[in-house]
Amino acid sequence: MADDLAKPGELLSKLSYSRPGTGWMDTPVNIRKGMYSYAANPKSLETLGFPYARQWNPTDEDWKLPENWQEILHKGFKERLDKFRSFKVFMDICVRCGACADKCHFFIGTGDPKNMPVLRAELLRSIYRNDFTMAGKIFGRLAGAREMTVDVLKEWWYYMFQCTECRRCSVFCPYGIDTAEITIMGRELLNLIGLNIDWIATPVSNCYRTGNHLGIQPHAFKEMLEFFVEEIKDITDIDVEPSFNRKGAEILFITPSGDVFADPGTYTCMGYMMLFKYLKDKYGFDVTWSTYASEGGNFGFFTSHETMKRLNAKMYAEAKRLGVKWILGGECGHMWRVITQYMDTMNGPADFLEVPKSPITGTVFENAASTKMVHISEFVADLIRHKKLDLDPSRNDNLKVTFHDSCNPSRGMGMLEEPRYVIKNVCNHFYEMPANTIRENTFCCGSGAGLNAGENMEQRMCGGFPRANAVKYVHEKHGVNMLACVCAIDRAVFPPLMDYWVPGVQVTGMTELVANALIMPGEKERETDLRGEPLPGKEESDE
Amino acid sequence: MGLNEVLVKKKPVIVRDWFDKVVDTYPSDTSRFLKSQKDPFANPVGNTTLRGLEGMFDEILAGMDNTALLSFLDPIIRIRAVQSFSASQATGFIFSLKNILRTAAEKEIHENPSEWLKLDSRIDTLGLLSFDIYMGCREKVYEIKAFEEKNRMYRVLERSGLLKESGVPKESGVPE
Repeated sequence: MADDLAKPGELLSKLSYSRPGTGWMDTPVNIRKGMYSYAANPKSLETLGFPYARQWNPTDEDWKLPENWQEILHKGFKERLDKFRSFKVFMDICVRCGACADKCHFFIGTGDPKNMPVLRAELLRSIYRNDFTMAGKIFGRLAGAREMTVDVLKEWWYYMFQCTECRRCSVFCPYGIDTAEITIMGRELLNLIGLNIDWIATPVSNCYRTGNHLGIQPHAFKEMLEFFVEEIKDITDIDVEPSFNRKGAEILFITPSGDVFADPGTYTCMGYMMLFKYLKDKYGFDVTWSTYASEGGNFGFFTSHETMKRLNAKMYAEAKRLGVKWILGGECGHMWRVITQYMDTMNGPADFLEVPKSPITGTVFENAASTKMVHISEFVADLIRHKKLDLDPSRNDNLKVTFHDSCNPSRGMGMLEEPRYVIKNVCNHFYEMPANTIRENTFCCGSGAGLNAGENMEQRMCGGFPRANAVKYVHEKHGVNMLACVCAIDRAVFPPLMDYWVPGVQVTGMTELVANALIMPGEKERETDLRGEPLPGKEESDE
Repeated sequence: MGLNEVLVKKKPVIVRDWFDKVVDTYPSDTSRFLKSQKDPFANPVGNTTLRGLEGMFDEILAGMDNTALLSFLDPIIRIRAVQSFSASQATGFIFSLKNILRTAAEKEIHENPSEWLKLDSRIDTLGLLSFDIYMGCREKVYEIKAFEEKNRMYRVLERSGLLKESGVPKESGVPE
């Protein structure tokens, strides 16, 4: 046995504390466990009709690529350059000024230079120059060009799935290059040769078949909401009576399925139901849930434009089928980027719907005149502004709250004030994180764009570190114990992130806080919040 | 002049050298950024590291208060435990302080061997402590991996009666 043991000298010779001395093009990719998500399940790809579905393992040398994979990528690249003018422009105009370099949470957290947005884009640009520009063809590496090889492909895959498409880098780019669009294109190209990750491919396949990412069938979706009805009845003594798939309702409500099935988003979901009941009793608010359009999220967005369009179409289709006037959307992240920036072009115009108008306040949501879809934060902020909600913010007095601007609602749709306005009206203790970590400068949760799998936890912890670092600051300075957000992925990924970096901080959605403070007509004296925890001042009677 | 006094006087240079050693474990583009960006929220890795090293250096000289040491060392190791370092790379920077001190106070070390031995052994203690923290962080990551999925999905299904039994323990490290 002793013969198997390495001698001390041998062990030491393998240790290296020095950094690689090579440039980025010559530093080969090291696919590290914990930093990538598992390869897509071939069944999921087959369901979607995607090509080259197969079992493969990112750490294997052989990725079982189709024989002509280079040709497929080259053609795909060309097609997209022709089709998307923005892509062509983004490939050409970067002057490598470095403004974006240190703005990426993955670069800051991992310390890996290939996570600098400029370098991630260079992974594609180097091939673009080689294949499509005269300078690249003539001068090769001198012009920053290189040939597509298996090693380059692996680098593409590894780093295209280390970007959450959060667009923080684009805020700082003097040319306005949207690096998220480059990642989106990179992923589209990878999909042409069957190189997706399972945390994206399987939810997309589920959504395509059943209407939501988890593959929950309509009856289970309904049962889950009915379970919340019982929970709410225990807390308030009120039956919130949600309605499902009701034709002729004025408004269709769509939220990410994470709110229905994943803690702590479930409490936010209970919040929606309580709010709707309150509005129905007080003002005759007429809203329906759908068990068909049971997913606001759209992981197709992380796959390809075509897939995003396919999944998004069900929202409009369901709105049409039910004959509603407009759509109200729940607390989701990328769902809102898809709606604000793509939906109307892809599946619009939704001219069978009306420009959203609050039936309670009469406010017309001109910002949604085209998409016909209003964010719950906008809707609730308007209600509060018009004093339409009876609120007791002291019920949230045990909470010291900070707000995380989810990347897509903030940078993707410019919604910065509404959630803050709502939270400040339902909570007495609110503290902002440092200015360069919020609003349009917000740091990503580190797990968006389909990267909220479990096997890539080190990646998630690194990517979420800049956000957690800012939370830690307000936790230590002000005693903040609740991190609020308006995104289902945030609600799913922040609890473990906080557990690792800032224990003692819990996570909530905005509407959960609203529902805690909401005084519903005919409710019994509440003893607990939606989580079953005693309300402030009720702790003793709980014992 | 005693060894401690010299080291206190030379603290800024020593901590700067130590910091350079730590950040030079990152690729050159990264270490340049870690050294230059002073905003603690734009550069949390660099600033956490620098603050931690300063605090630890004071503790090594002053008294090795366990709580204080942990508050400086834990944040640095917690970062390195999830980055692309091996265990020895993540914790090894502690020992590089020895060489820095030997260079900074060569004469005084020769004159005060017993004081040096005390400091030397304190640095060893820090090294061992950093390994404990590293292991704690790694265990935490695996615990989160193991519990996260069950916690966030199966428990809610179980609560709703859609699952008979999830087999997930009620207590876990992940807050709801």
